[in-house]
Amino acid sequence: MISMIALLSLPSKSVNHVNFHQNYITIFIVRLPTFVFVISPPTHKYLFSKGIDDYFTGVYKAYKFVIRFFKEVVRPPYHFREIINQCYEIGLKSLPLITLTGFITGIVFTKQSRPSLSEFGATSWLPSLITIAIVRALGSLITALICAGKVGSSMGAELGSMKVTQQIEAMEVSAINPFKWLVVTRVIASTIAIPILGLYCGFVALMGSYFNVHSFETTSIVSFFHNGFATISFLDIFSSLIKSIVFGFTIGIVGCYKGYNAINGTQGVGKAANQAVVLAMFLVFIEEIVIVQVANWIRYF
Amino acid sequence: MEKQDTISNPEPVISIKGLYKSFGDLDILKDINLDVFKGENMVVLGRSGAGKSVLIKILVGLLVQDKGTVVVLGKEVNKLSGKDLDALRLRIGFSFQSSALYDSMSVRQNLEFPLTMNIKNLSRKEIDKTVEEVLDNVGLMEKINVMPSDLSGGQRKRIGIARTLILKPEIMLYDEPTSGLDPITSEEINTLINEVQKMYNTTSIIITHDLTCAKETGDRVAMLLDGIFVKVGKFEEVFISEDERIKSFFNYNFIQ
Repeated sequence: MISMIALLSLPSKSVNHVNFHQNYITIFIVRLPTFVFVISPPTHKYLFSKGIDDYFTGVYKAYKFVIRFFKEVVRPPYHFREIINQCYEIGLKSLPLITLTGFITGIVFTKQSRPSLSEFGATSWLPSLITIAIVRALGSLITALICAGKVGSSMGAELGSMKVTQQIEAMEVSAINPFKWLVVTRVIASTIAIPILGLYCGFVALMGSYFNVHSFETTSIVSFFHNGFATISFLDIFSSLIKSIVFGFTIGIVGCYKGYNAINGTQGVGKAANQAVVLAMFLVFIEEIVIVQVANWIRYF
Repeated sequence: MEKQDTISNPEPVISIKGLYKSFGDLDILKDINLDVFKGENMVVLGRSGAGKSVLIKILVGLLVQDKGTVVVLGKEVNKLSGKDLDALRLRIGFSFQSSALYDSMSVRQNLEFPLTMNIKNLSRKEIDKTVEEVLDNVGLMEKINVMPSDLSGGQRKRIGIARTLILKPEIMLYDEPTSGLDPITSEEINTLINEVQKMYNTTSIIITHDLTCAKETGDRVAMLLDGIFVKVGKFEEVFISEDERIKSFFNYNFIQ
């Protein structure tokens, strides 16, 4: 049809006097692209390209989402009961998984470190080494990664499912602020619960490490913790706590953002859950490196 | 079932003038004009994707029109925000096509949620009384502690309607109330819509492409085709219209 339009658009003289096959080639190679462009002009102009434009639009939307959170969090009503409910869902229900992961991390890390230290006859440094690793990094990081997978995906899926089934719109038309009820409560809960889980994970990991050390050297628990915390400073604990708070906020806000903005039905819900986990984990690692750098700068200042 | 004349007051409760709405390059609604009077059931009839749901979402402030005025209960909707918009929404009940019941809550909790979130200091007794009254009106008292996933499609619709009635709205908006339901259950929903009008004295807009629902529930019918209302009047007047587009719409539907 396009070639017919192109053909009909040629002046009648040229159609009569020019060889038909030559004319057809001219239409397809020279004129067709022009006519296709004219028939179906682009309906949207991009600043750079669709991909780059979509990326920056997404960053702007995320920025607006975070700003809206900080505006809504200070306004009543505060939905304390729902925050406590979410703390239970995020915190208490993650305890078994955190306990198992933390305990195994402590044991494995101790087992793997022992051969290197025993070469130098420095196995007495194990409690200090393990405590430094767990308190400064592993405790909060492992908790954040576990929670990004468990809590982040759960938030993304739950809110995404509510979005695509119009439950969020139903809240809005019932004069209930869905952002406050769904997002603010969950982000506050994750910001509170995940640092507590991080502290708990650290404790459980140290217990795992103690059991391994005790099985080799028959050390008392008091001695183990005394030696371990002898090398820990207030800055280590404080920076670890700050990291956990930042991780908790990140996991909550990313999970809620992806779920709250889910589109395209069940496929969108799956995507929201998946993207919530991936993005939260990525941001956790970025924040880890930034906060560690800042803590080291303060340490050596 | 014959529809009785129920318009009790000639004052328009909903007034739409010169409404335009498009999404990108696609014009959905073009120059929509409609007055809905107090106490009447107005059916908006049209094909799927005609813009019917977009229209009622604009009425309740979920979407904003590109041009035109929408006045609901004396308030221009797109000029409201925050508490003023919430105050208007409390007077409007919106029944979603998918019912939109909260999956994590039981039927009781679904009904209690809008009540307790909007009206403070209600005693347990008052909450229970209101919930049971509304459930009784939709005939589903026995499902009070059931989860939405355990309800049938028709039951979900009824509970969805019950949830919108809990705050005793003045206006009811029904988005495809009989969609996905068998003829018998659809008839039950049509009957319920009429009973709600009588019991709660509501003004309603019913969005549907189901001609039986339109005939049985509508005091007037507005035919939405190609983004405009091509005909507004009683069902029989619209049905016998000479407009070819309306004729072909009715010809594809079977009604008794």
